[in-house]
Amino acid sequence: MTDNTLDTQIDLVRDEGFYQTNLRSRKFRGNLWKNFFLLAIIVAFGALLALFYNIANSAFGYVVEDYAVNPTTLAPDGNLSALREDELIAILLEYQERRLPVYIRDYVFTGDPTQFTTLPVSEVLAGKWYPPETDALTIRDLTPAQQAEVLERNMDQAQMVTLITEQVVDPVVLESYTLVESIFNRPAIEAEFQEEFVEQGATLYFTSWVNLDFLTSPLSNNPAAAGARTAIIGTLLVVIVTICIAFPIGVGAAIYLEEYSDHQEGHFLTRMNRIIETNIRNLAGVPSIIYGLLGLAVFVRTLGGVTGGRTIISASLTMALLILPVIIINAQEALRAVPSSLRDASYGMGATKWQTIYKVVMPSAIPGILTGTILAMSRAIGETAPLIIVGASTFILFDPSSLQSRFTVLPILIYNWTSRPQPEFKNLAASAIIVLLVLLLILNATAIILRQRARKSLAS
Amino acid sequence: MSAVKATAPATSGAYAIELKNVNVFYGEKLAVKDVNVNIQRQKITAFIGPSGCGKSTVLRALNRMNDLVLGARVAGEVIYNGQNLYGPNIDPVEVRRRIGMVFQKANPFPKSIYDNIAYGPRLLGIRGKQQLDDIVERSLKGAFLWDEVKNDLKKSGLALSGGQQQRLCIARAVAIEPDVILMDEPCSALDPIATQAIEELMRELVKTYTIVIVTHNMQQAQRVADFTAFFSIRKEMLNEGKDRRWGVLVEYAPTATIFNSPANEETERYIGGEFG
Ligand SMILES: Nc1ncnc2c1ncn2[C@@H]1O[C@H](COP(=O)(O)OP(=O)(O)OP(=O)(O)O)[C@@H](O)[C@H]1O
Ligand SMILES: [Mg+2]
Repeated sequence: MTDNTLDTQIDLVRDEGFYQTNLRSRKFRGNLWKNFFLLAIIVAFGALLALFYNIANSAFGYVVEDYAVNPTTLAPDGNLSALREDELIAILLEYQERRLPVYIRDYVFTGDPTQFTTLPVSEVLAGKWYPPETDALTIRDLTPAQQAEVLERNMDQAQMVTLITEQVVDPVVLESYTLVESIFNRPAIEAEFQEEFVEQGATLYFTSWVNLDFLTSPLSNNPAAAGARTAIIGTLLVVIVTICIAFPIGVGAAIYLEEYSDHQEGHFLTRMNRIIETNIRNLAGVPSIIYGLLGLAVFVRTLGGVTGGRTIISASLTMALLILPVIIINAQEALRAVPSSLRDASYGMGATKWQTIYKVVMPSAIPGILTGTILAMSRAIGETAPLIIVGASTFILFDPSSLQSRFTVLPILIYNWTSRPQPEFKNLAASAIIVLLVLLLILNATAIILRQRARKSLAS
Repeated sequence: MSAVKATAPATSGAYAIELKNVNVFYGEKLAVKDVNVNIQRQKITAFIGPSGCGKSTVLRALNRMNDLVLGARVAGEVIYNGQNLYGPNIDPVEVRRRIGMVFQKANPFPKSIYDNIAYGPRLLGIRGKQQLDDIVERSLKGAFLWDEVKNDLKKSGLALSGGQQQRLCIARAVAIEPDVILMDEPCSALDPIATQAIEELMRELVKTYTIVIVTHNMQQAQRVADFTAFFSIRKEMLNEGKDRRWGVLVEYAPTATIFNSPANEETERYIGGEFG
């Protein structure tokens, strides 16, 4: 650069007019960007509001409900849970005498349903209580009283309450209204109720579809009795087992890659590690359905003997694979963010590598690692596609009782309910979404509290 | 693996550490060339010289901190108690337990004052509460920090002032009672009063320890150091206007000699403030 051009540039630095013109456009550009960012947050917030509006609209509102048998005629205040087992059995005997064998099949018998009617009682109910004198008979040969006793001895009270609610009381939702209708159109709703439903003996009341019954009842084909308990337990189990598998492996892999994998430039291990790292980064972007296919092939089919096939453990292993890259990448980021001055301090005192990692690097990195785990966990809760492939059930009567149980999870339940024809299932789906969101909040809050604690113990 | 010996065998004389033809490379690049220094036991030796001449590099070669830099390589011998620290079978972990280090920027752990000091002893396997309490008290007293912090040992080390943090780091290094303490510009981020405190501390510590300090402050070298090593930069022009630079040891002598009657003209110009 010649001295001449240098001088012109310095003149521009001194030129007040030039400065003022540019100042205006600089500020204008700054404001433009600021407004764009504001717009972005408004759009995001609006989308969130629309989501909440939609969910709340379906989850609360007036319903018109009718019963086959009004529960107030069965128990004081219609509260079946307050009854004793023998009282509940008496109700079953009175209203459903002919269906008792079916209930034995559904709630007591655990074998192959096709053999239920032909096998003798001693085999059908092996290991369960049955009237000893009847062991050679089939279930159908038992008297209703004997069948009732089998049920009474082999079911618990809560199961009976569910059974009676579904089969005897058999509540039917005749009509449901959205929250917005319920608030702004009440007179119209009441008029419609008076005109169409009141003489059938139905009742109109305001309800929250998310309630204790919804949380504690098992799945059901009857929307008035259906709950999400089985799916809530399924989701919790899958997520917790997934984290238990993915967290130690992911953090371990990250520690290896960040702390141990440095070899001399050109060393073949260095190249290997770089290939591994690149691949982990790419794996984080692989569509989840592909993990589902992998899980199906490996955990459900090949390792079916160990995992039991389409079970919680298969699903958790698949999910663990899915979130592993997320955990590894975030943990690596967190480890890398630990200042090298701290490592130097530790090594300078004669610490071994492991002591340095364990006592200095890990405590500083843990908050960041937990942040990554929160992200991963949120992903695991919401994932649906791989679980459908590895065989989450859409409908099961029993709660999962072990890691080798069949299961379902909330997103699948939501999907299943939204695709049902009865309109009430839309309300149920909205409730399930609320439960899913709350569950997400709770799990995230737990992780955030843990992280805050780790931060505090670092700062003190 | 042979252990790094704590006490000097009778044969090893007055030198704590002897550098013999030490060359340090970062990858292919030669950083310092052919350094020969004999560091005297229980004396303070200062490394001075212009920026980039390799003072820190040589200092870090003394306790194998360079091993932590990917691609760094040391050729030549660093003899400590008759053993070559770069010989086969020498574990750097053991080297650093004998030859501790204090860094330019104070780097306390994000832990309590107590845990900072107890870190080293705990590394060595000391668990007893009474023992640790004693070590913490003795080390903090040794670093003239005890009176200022004795009432809040649970406070974070990061909550101290810069000068206090640096003394905490010295106390932390002292806690495992090394043989030699290396200090890389320990006062460069401190005000004159905190600097004075550290200098007094060094004069006190040198009664027990051998100290090597890197400093840019000529007065500091004159005030605290018994011996001074002056390093400088050599360069060689390559084609296309590029050059290659490496550090060399120019002169090593008692501090008074270096500052009053240096043998080398380059030393004289440097301490006279003519370059650097
Ligand atoms: N980690 C490293 N990787 C590559 N080169 C390095 C590294 N550390 C130092 N160097 C090079 O080695 C030479 C000596 O650096 P060194 O830090 O030892 O100088 P110094 O005398 O301590 O300088 P200052 O007084 O500025 O601290 C410099 O040219 C520097 O660029
Ligand atoms: Mg330096």
